[in-house]
Amino acid sequence: MEFSSSRFADVFVAIPVGRVDHTNAESLNQALAPLLAQSDGVAPSLVLDFGRVEYISSVGLRVLMMAAKQARSSQARIAVAALQPVVGEIFAISRFNHVLEVFPSVREALAEISPSALAEFDAAQKPAAI
Amino acid sequence: MKRIRFWGTRGSLPVALTAADVRRKVVAALRGASGRSFASDAELDAYVDSLGMAVAGTFGGSSSCVEIESGRPDYVLCDLGSGVRAFGQAAMAKHGATPQTYHIFMSHLHWDHIMGLPFFTPAYIPGNRIRIYGGHATLEAALRRQQEEPSFPVPFSIFRADIEFVHLEPGRRHDVAGMSVTLKLQRHAGDSYGYRFESQGRTVIYTTDSEHPLVDAVETDSFVEFFRDADVVIFDAMYSLADAISVKADWGHSSNVVGVDLCQRARVRHLCLFHHEPAFSDETIAGVLADTRRYEEITRTGAPLLVTTAYDGMEIDL
Repeated sequence: MEFSSSRFADVFVAIPVGRVDHTNAESLNQALAPLLAQSDGVAPSLVLDFGRVEYISSVGLRVLMMAAKQARSSQARIAVAALQPVVGEIFAISRFNHVLEVFPSVREALAEISPSALAEFDAAQKPAAI
Repeated sequence: MKRIRFWGTRGSLPVALTAADVRRKVVAALRGASGRSFASDAELDAYVDSLGMAVAGTFGGSSSCVEIESGRPDYVLCDLGSGVRAFGQAAMAKHGATPQTYHIFMSHLHWDHIMGLPFFTPAYIPGNRIRIYGGHATLEAALRRQQEEPSFPVPFSIFRADIEFVHLEPGRRHDVAGMSVTLKLQRHAGDSYGYRFESQGRTVIYTTDSEHPLVDAVETDSFVEFFRDADVVIFDAMYSLADAISVKADWGHSSNVVGVDLCQRARVRHLCLFHHEPAFSDETIAGVLADTRRYEEITRTGAPLLVTTAYDGMEIDL
């Protein structure tokens, strides 16, 4: 599983890629841990960009649940965005759509969570001025 | 082993349909039949069959009791929930006072899994042999205690059958009634035990009241091995995954999604959802089954896993 992340103001956007199952769920857990850590008493919020996640098993979903608990204990928000249709079905069947905020896109998640993060995100999407 | 027969499938507490529930089913069936005619009983039966369990039946309300037909004259049961009353009546109707042998394997000693014993008629019949197996040191004490005053008016000592309690060590193979039986310790308040029954090339797993927190990969893998290549896994699927690992964590139960994940990894052929939440209606249980079949379909990487959900009276041929 590939993983990358970017910070926009007070929000991390994390981008896992591929399948998340019992063979690599711990890797996702370890990758998310520093993003959820508090700095100067403040924890950033987290948006998981699932646009390139093809599948997530129960073990992977548990990692998301633990991340959500940690984020909420720090008064931070956590959301999942851009679910592929199959992963969206898995969220619905497991009822994870009731315990995690789910948005159609990363931009819509940021718009809900942090205007300043959205502004930085939008700025990063624009081509550099010549 | 030839067949599995379910006498009680509900978790935690027996339930019954209300008059309003029955009325809703009748109205739905009549509405569906509006304008239709049925030229024969076969056509009528076909229509009723098309309605599904949520309209034309019920998943049922007795607590855990599952019969495994071993292919031998002895009876084999898992748990003594309220479903054992109907099993006992059926056995009495078939055999009368002719002595029989009953082998009963206990997952654990919570009330919903033992409450049927005082209503198990064969226990009152001289000549019957009843062997009750389990991994709990308190097995006999728990069954005697539930019939003490003021909880029940008829003491355990009234039973006239020859009753013995047999402690089984987990992790070892035990030979009972022509079957190889292996226990596995499970996560549940006060412990519970899962059973792996093997005989004549068939394997059945009975694993109820078992929580899978998915924290420890070694522990999760050990269940995959316990289920390995089973023909049927009867699985505690009481909650949704989200509930099982959040608001109902440590309540000792599992989910349909974890059942599919474990069974797919273990190359199981048939997953049977069991120990239904007592608050669930027939419509809800039917919905969970449909969801689980879809989940199995979209997560399948190998051979298909047949998914069913248990109901009182259901039979699975092995």
